[in-house]
Amino acid sequence: MAKKKRRSMLYIPGNNPAMIQQAGVYGCDAVLLDLEDAVALNQKDAARILVRSMLETVNFYDTEVCVRVNNLQTPFGLADLEEIVPMQPDNIRFPKTESVQDVKDFMKEVRRIEKKHGITDPKMTIHVMIETAKGVANVYDIAACEPRVDAITIGGQDLTADMGIVKTPDGAGIDYARKRIVMAGKANNLDVLDTVFADINDEEGLKEETEYIKKLGFAGKALINPRQVDPVHEVFNPSENEIRKAYRVYSEFYKNTKAGIGVFAIDGKMIDAPVVQRAITILEYANIDIKDIEKSLD
Amino acid sequence: MTPKFKAQAGTFESSDIMVLIEPVAEGSGRQVDISSTVMLQFEEDLKVCINQVLDVMEIENVHLIAKDKGALTPTIKARVETAVKRSLGIQEGTL
Repeated sequence: MAKKKRRSMLYIPGNNPAMIQQAGVYGCDAVLLDLEDAVALNQKDAARILVRSMLETVNFYDTEVCVRVNNLQTPFGLADLEEIVPMQPDNIRFPKTESVQDVKDFMKEVRRIEKKHGITDPKMTIHVMIETAKGVANVYDIAACEPRVDAITIGGQDLTADMGIVKTPDGAGIDYARKRIVMAGKANNLDVLDTVFADINDEEGLKEETEYIKKLGFAGKALINPRQVDPVHEVFNPSENEIRKAYRVYSEFYKNTKAGIGVFAIDGKMIDAPVVQRAITILEYANIDIKDIEKSLD
Repeated sequence: MTPKFKAQAGTFESSDIMVLIEPVAEGSGRQVDISSTVMLQFEEDLKVCINQVLDVMEIENVHLIAKDKGALTPTIKARVETAVKRSLGIQEGTL
């Protein structure tokens, strides 16, 4: 089965029923029901009950559903887990992760609640969110410490605040963090997801930033408005030319492999395993199943 | 259980419902007052939904006022539950 795409992850405030009930129709790959920064301090209880109730009932279709809970150091984190973990959304996002110990403490609570509710084979995965300088420094250990972590994400707004700098449009202040987090994620086979682009009226700026983070190796980007979904998908979707090239590479690879040939050339350029892997990734993004290509060649 | 404090939950935004709870004396029973933008179509459903939550939470004596703006069932249930918990003073993990 092709790997699930995470090009776009749309933040939805956890206390906004109108947006949550429509979450499955925005066209994004994933929605992130937010109990943290998007919810006022005196509405935390209302939001977690609303999100739990929505998870019980609402059809999100094939959109991946993630819930961002509050950090366990706040008065809200544990209560969030008690409500949300039994619902087993696709993932839970753990904000302001700073150390391996943070992840261990978080997972201890998650497992305790799952056990209490008789959940013996949990499918829910964990996204760790790196939002402080300490988290960036420890990110390699964080990325490797827990098998249920399947994505790592950078929180640009909090990170710049923690560093005492202003987030500029060119992202200079968080550039090192982005690259370090990507490497930590890739080294552990995790999806790496980028921070939000705050200006919803600047579509060109959003596309530029998305082009950049795609080059760095991010799997997708967090969004704050449904209007940002299409521009981000446009950047992540391969062009027709890329798809044609990938199709040709994979077809030749399949034919050569059957003939017992490992390395071959197309138009004078060497095609080896990494090139084939890139072609497969492009075909996956284009929703083309390589099994169909193989069948057409058999 | 009997509510101890006045409490409210929800908003007047579209697709939401504002639920207000007033404590009443033991033995007064339930009084549920509903107004809704979809009153003609859904008054009975609203009543059933609100009473289901009150039943589960074992609230027998209460005055509940609901101002509905077209909320779906999960929203109605969540807002009633929140208001009741606030009125009982048992809500944890909030400020």
